[in-house]
Amino acid sequence: MTAAAVGGLSSLAMAQSLGDAEFNVVDRGRYLSILSDCAACHTAPGGRPFAGGLSIETPFGNLVTPNITPDRETGIGKYTKDDFQRVMSEGIGRGGYHLYAAMPYPAYTKMTAEDNAALFAYLQTLQPVKNQVEVNQLPFPYNQRWSLFGWNALNFTAGVFKPNADKSKQWNRGAYLVQGPGHCGTCHTPKNALGGDKDSEALQGFVIQGWNAPNITTDQHKGIGSWSVDDIVAYLKTGANRFDLASGPMAEVVTKSTSKISDSDLAAIATYLKDSGETSTAASAAIAQSEPVMKAGAALYADRCSGCHTPAGEGIPKLFPRLADAPLVNADDATSLIHVVLAGSRAGSTDAVSTSPAMPAFDWNMSDEQVASVLTYVRNSWGNAAPAVKPADVASLRDHLKKQ
Amino acid sequence: MATKLPHTDVAIIGLGWTGAIVASELTAAGLDVVAIERGPWRDTARDFSIASVPDELRYVHRQELMLRTAQNTVTVRNDPSETALPMRNWGSFHPGNGTGGAGNHWAGITFRFQPQEFRLKSYLQERYGPTAISDELTLQDWGTDWNEMEPFYTAFDRIVGTSGKAGNLRGQIQEGGNPFEGPRSEEYPTKPLRQPYGPVLFAKAAAEMGYRPFPVPSSLISEPYTNPLGVTMGPCTFCGFCTNYGCANYSKASPIVNILPALVRRQNFTARTNSEVLKVLTDSTGKKATGVLFADTSGEEWEQPADLVVVGAFTFENVRLMLLSGIGKPYDPSTGEGTTGRNYCYQTANGVQLFFDDKNFNPFIGGGAVGMGIDEFNNDNFDHSGLGFFGGGSIRVTPIGAAPISYRPVPPGTPAWGKEWKKATVKNYLSAMSIGCEASSYATRNNYLSLDPTYTDRFGRPLLRITFDFPENDLKMAQYCTSKVADIARHMGPRQIVENPMKGHWNTVPYQSSHVVGGFIMGENPANSCVNKYLQSWDVPNLFVVGASAFPQNPGYNPTGTAAALAFKAADAIKNIYLKDPGPMVRT
Repeated sequence: MTAAAVGGLSSLAMAQSLGDAEFNVVDRGRYLSILSDCAACHTAPGGRPFAGGLSIETPFGNLVTPNITPDRETGIGKYTKDDFQRVMSEGIGRGGYHLYAAMPYPAYTKMTAEDNAALFAYLQTLQPVKNQVEVNQLPFPYNQRWSLFGWNALNFTAGVFKPNADKSKQWNRGAYLVQGPGHCGTCHTPKNALGGDKDSEALQGFVIQGWNAPNITTDQHKGIGSWSVDDIVAYLKTGANRFDLASGPMAEVVTKSTSKISDSDLAAIATYLKDSGETSTAASAAIAQSEPVMKAGAALYADRCSGCHTPAGEGIPKLFPRLADAPLVNADDATSLIHVVLAGSRAGSTDAVSTSPAMPAFDWNMSDEQVASVLTYVRNSWGNAAPAVKPADVASLRDHLKKQ
Repeated sequence: MATKLPHTDVAIIGLGWTGAIVASELTAAGLDVVAIERGPWRDTARDFSIASVPDELRYVHRQELMLRTAQNTVTVRNDPSETALPMRNWGSFHPGNGTGGAGNHWAGITFRFQPQEFRLKSYLQERYGPTAISDELTLQDWGTDWNEMEPFYTAFDRIVGTSGKAGNLRGQIQEGGNPFEGPRSEEYPTKPLRQPYGPVLFAKAAAEMGYRPFPVPSSLISEPYTNPLGVTMGPCTFCGFCTNYGCANYSKASPIVNILPALVRRQNFTARTNSEVLKVLTDSTGKKATGVLFADTSGEEWEQPADLVVVGAFTFENVRLMLLSGIGKPYDPSTGEGTTGRNYCYQTANGVQLFFDDKNFNPFIGGGAVGMGIDEFNNDNFDHSGLGFFGGGSIRVTPIGAAPISYRPVPPGTPAWGKEWKKATVKNYLSAMSIGCEASSYATRNNYLSLDPTYTDRFGRPLLRITFDFPENDLKMAQYCTSKVADIARHMGPRQIVENPMKGHWNTVPYQSSHVVGGFIMGENPANSCVNKYLQSWDVPNLFVVGASAFPQNPGYNPTGTAAALAFKAADAIKNIYLKDPGPMVRT
């Protein structure tokens, strides 16, 4: 208690010099920190919130998240509001160095200066934590920050969100949240070879850290075209809707961020996603049930999967995800499906949906061929149609998961 | 010297059904609750994966979910003249351990006791005359009644999503339900389970004989269900790994499926697992509980101060803790004085096996509470005039799922091994079934619980000693009811039937049932009971002892529904009566 009070006093003193300490501003900043899910990356497993230390796997090597508590030596205690604005809008740290885009400044650049000021004001009220973090653990040449000049030139457009006057206020709020603080595209938008967003394919799905962040456009087959606004809101608010349960990295997003977002903001996000202007891709033809791989998959499905997911892939709402007509199942990339079959997965827990059921791991008793067959079957049954899963893909992810 | 922890409003001992229910209700009312559980934390997703749960060796033979007897056990004898010996392997009953307690490995049969059971002694005297009850029995009224109990049965049904068909809805008898049940205020939350072949044949025969079969009320549920706490269950898949196992499919209600996911999210709830309570602490007057003393796995002792102490462990440990803590006066069978340990009862298990030639029951299909039953020969649903006993049993076919290792139904006279045994196994495996009769157990003067004078646990505390044998009354009842079961069995037309009424002395092997009740019973006055109708100790008003330990005797039903309803009842009384005016809630 005493320590917290002292911390509160010292941060108050700092806030007076560095940022606005007015309650409304700080509280707005607190909410923005939830929208932006800052703590998710800036907290080490078992560590103090915002004190950094989480290792982030990138295609170029590992980065460790910095301490963003207001500690003057190891955190952002020396930052001014303007320093912070530059981090968010330009990806440039205090002293002029370039940040790696694992910090999603290509999204945060869309945030208003007012929101950044509020977020900064909130961060300045946190208890300073002394935690020295060595951020850059990339191998040469990626550890050379000067290389980021070129990266930014190719992949980054600075600039705050511009509302679309043709759209409603709610749509624009949703667009701002999705593109800016929510940084949905950081996982869900395909990347080019340098790791930059392919803007023309925004939110069409991307494989990151051994998971496929699915297509969340209105594509009827591979996207969430069949989800209503209410379905999207329910998913983000509770982690579950009539189709699916949040699992893998999205379980954490729901638990730490979206379940705590206001209903009006969730409705705005859903409204925007439902009007993201994507045209649906035509479904490819499903692989015939008579194919040997489908027969093998059907037998495996009956034995290993149907008890929970039901024989026709309908699942049980809020408990066992629906597999029939499911966007993730129909995605071109099957990484997430292979991931959950091999390693299992556990749904998030929220106040509204607290059960947090789990998919068991089958890596110990299913071969690469078996996993590939059963997933090929799932991806081509009950209205689903998607490319067959290759045993080599299973072997490769199995190998990747072993190294984790 | 114990380390004193920060004060809490409520300390709860045990996180099985009763502890979890009281914790849920009291945290919802805003009280700070610390629950102390001697076993490990258990969690469906982590501990009961579908890939590893169907393992008979692990869960039935090695009893993974049960208390280790090295940590704590009981000593047993049939008669006060004998010297008790400790049980080193669980046989007759299976005390659970860890969060969820016995609520993880239970079968899921969720009966409500009938209205007359709560005033059994008065009821029998009214019907059969003041001297009708034999001197052998020490039957007693519960101090409560059906109208007081019904809302709490309903509260439990809503939490667990019980599958069934009402037989009596607000006084109206319903077709297809159990006509003997007390009036329910609402229908079961989920529809009855689909019935396997054995129960269907039984129900048909029973109906032809004029009985009224009904689906056994089941906490393995038939359809998806989300309870008022927001947790979701899936439909039972009849996998057959149910009794003695945790459920991987979120289909069998348990504290860890139905309550703890919501409870652990509450800021005012704390669970301390792997922590064994040594005693309930009282002040110098002995009239006020001040908290509990517990030991962690290192043997280090901690004192948890609390305004209220709720004891919600298994029957045995509830009674033992009261004896160890000096709450109430230990019962003495030679004088009949004292109440702690009094009216320990069990259950009287009977059955009839049926061997057919032309049937295929696919015995691997099953669930702990799937089945059909009749209640014509249960409790006092039939006229006991001139029979020489009271009580009865729930007759039913509940195929729990054929255990791959153990289930080898062969008729008596078959060799125990070799070619003939194999032949008989092949012949009968698919075509045998059985009808069970879970029957009442009535209290006698010499059946009781006390501290053992010889054997101690690792802390040097005396073990609990069970003195129990089947009363004459119950053995007569077993013969009579089993003969009624045999009549139905014969009507079903099998090649051969084998009657197995409970006979002789109680033995610690084989498994019979974990329905051990009594020992710290509820009642109308402190002369012959330990807690009042709110489960509040007569002697220590801020101490509540909740569970089947409060049953003065056991009817022919499974106890869990009633133990849970009593937990809701106690929590309700704490919230709505006790907190407004702390002190004895029943004055005599």
